[in-house]
Amino acid sequence: MSVEGRTTETPADEPSARTWTGKSRQWLLRRLPPEKLLPDDQPSYVASWIYVFGIGAIASFVFVILSGIVLSLNGPLWYHVSVLGHFVNSTHLWSVELFFITMVIHLWGKYWMAAWRGGRALTWITGVVSFAVSIVAAFTGYLLQTNFDSQWIAFQAKDALNAVGIGAWFNVADLGQIFMWHITLMPLAVAAVVVLHVILVRMHGVVPPLDAAESDAQLRSTTPSLIDTEGDAR
Amino acid sequence: MSGAFASAVNAVSPGIYLGWGGFVIQLGNLIVIIAMLVLFALALFLPFPHGRRRR
Amino acid sequence: MSGRSTPRRNDDALAHRPWRGTLREYDLFKELTVGVVVVGVLVLGLSAVFGSPDDRSITLRSWATSAPADFVATATAELGGTSDLASYGPPYNRTPDATQTIGAIDLQSLSGVRIPIDTAKDFVIGPLTTLPARPAALSVWSASTDKQRTAWTTAYSDALSKAPKNDPTRVGKGAYGPVPALTTALLNMARTGALDGVLSTKNSFFNLDYSRSILFLGDGTYFSGLASSLHLTGDQWGVMNETGNYPGQSWLWLFSFWYQVEPFKSAPNADLLVVSLMLLLTLALTLVPFIPGLRSLPRWIPVHRLIWRDYYRRR
Repeated sequence: MSVEGRTTETPADEPSARTWTGKSRQWLLRRLPPEKLLPDDQPSYVASWIYVFGIGAIASFVFVILSGIVLSLNGPLWYHVSVLGHFVNSTHLWSVELFFITMVIHLWGKYWMAAWRGGRALTWITGVVSFAVSIVAAFTGYLLQTNFDSQWIAFQAKDALNAVGIGAWFNVADLGQIFMWHITLMPLAVAAVVVLHVILVRMHGVVPPLDAAESDAQLRSTTPSLIDTEGDAR
Repeated sequence: MSGAFASAVNAVSPGIYLGWGGFVIQLGNLIVIIAMLVLFALALFLPFPHGRRRR
Repeated sequence: MSGRSTPRRNDDALAHRPWRGTLREYDLFKELTVGVVVVGVLVLGLSAVFGSPDDRSITLRSWATSAPADFVATATAELGGTSDLASYGPPYNRTPDATQTIGAIDLQSLSGVRIPIDTAKDFVIGPLTTLPARPAALSVWSASTDKQRTAWTTAYSDALSKAPKNDPTRVGKGAYGPVPALTTALLNMARTGALDGVLSTKNSFFNLDYSRSILFLGDGTYFSGLASSLHLTGDQWGVMNETGNYPGQSWLWLFSFWYQVEPFKSAPNADLLVVSLMLLLTLALTLVPFIPGLRSLPRWIPVHRLIWRDYYRRR
């Protein structure tokens, strides 16, 4: 019962599909079978606190979206005049800070694990892209504060954008444009990239340790003769 | 002029800025950066609880 | 080198295929739930304890009220076409050699003038024509030549800068034409709050675009003075700062950093250089898996020995 054996089970039993839908289903099930998408076990080397920061970033993103939805219900000026609004605005700020804190630690961790090995380059790339897209999303949020800070950022940031020729189209002083970018385009973009990233993580699995070899204990112990000794190891 | 500045913007606090030569950092940002480094170090050094093993 | 390449090939082979070694129980949904609870407690706690900043926005009205001398000096510069914005170049207007370039690369000019702003007309003359009692000076201005206008605004700007505290009411006599009357009328208009509405509405009921108001504010020293007192300007690492002690966009530290050091600090095209450099560095970070040296650093500096210490201990 190897992991590989399980994953190929479902599509292999099915006769080859002829329709686009059937072919897509088979392709999806082959690449990402349910037990890979929603695993209830992981390789035993996945045992470090560094692994929790990816989930931490996703949990923070949940709060970014939730607090953003509450702010959306009442519009961008609400938080200036309501105590509850100000509190929700605070949760939006702190969930964003936690989002970036956890995402950056996750990035550091993945770098030192060289987690792009074994065909996982696209996972790394989507991770960096989600970081970059999140920075733009946060930037549009800072422009949407409708307070002194956003006034100044709008004035100052225009120079960098104009210098590379995009200020004419992406006008930071145009509140209507920034509003739309922040509450529709950027959340969709961040969510899309994050979903793609997580799917890739699940498809490829967690990268094995650097210099892992077939002779290592955690690989050897799966051969029948060694199973018994493995239980005493911890 | 600075009096007018202070009254025009109802700043709760002017903020604390720490500087070494040309390098200046705002306290809030410094705390966030230190928190990230500390969390990273803790994640590396703290023992991870052993889960139930399979196979 | 060959000694290194052998384990790497093995390693890659192992990383490529599904894991066949020991497993541990793992509960994705439980971890996610715990994560959401922990982050939720942190978010609510931090919000309850620290809150969030909200320094009130300034208006043209508060500018005209708090710093009338600066307002009049700025209005005079807009009228004479000597303000920063008047000579900014694309996308606001055409000004020869105003754009930031690297050699022959001139991205700023690509857009052309897409947000056209004629500072005299849009910031001073236009708003004054909306007043129910139009200042008589308007007709004098519109009947005069460009040369005459420049002479008046230059003379008045000089006189303002020499007046005690730059106070417009204490300017000595001179050939200023209609300029003092126009700028005073604009100052009074701004003090009533009418200028805020006129500048942002652009003959439309609805208003979502604050370009003109922000650009006009930015030409004075009042706005940037306030920003500077809050450590928000570019030479103060301002891009990553929030008002008060609140953490800001600390993830922009590297972007902000370049503006503090040479050769960027004093470069006339600093924005273009810094943005280009950051785009390149972001691209490099994206392509780390393919960049020799950078991708091998995790092998040479063995942080992974800590992360996977259980694994290596029991090899």
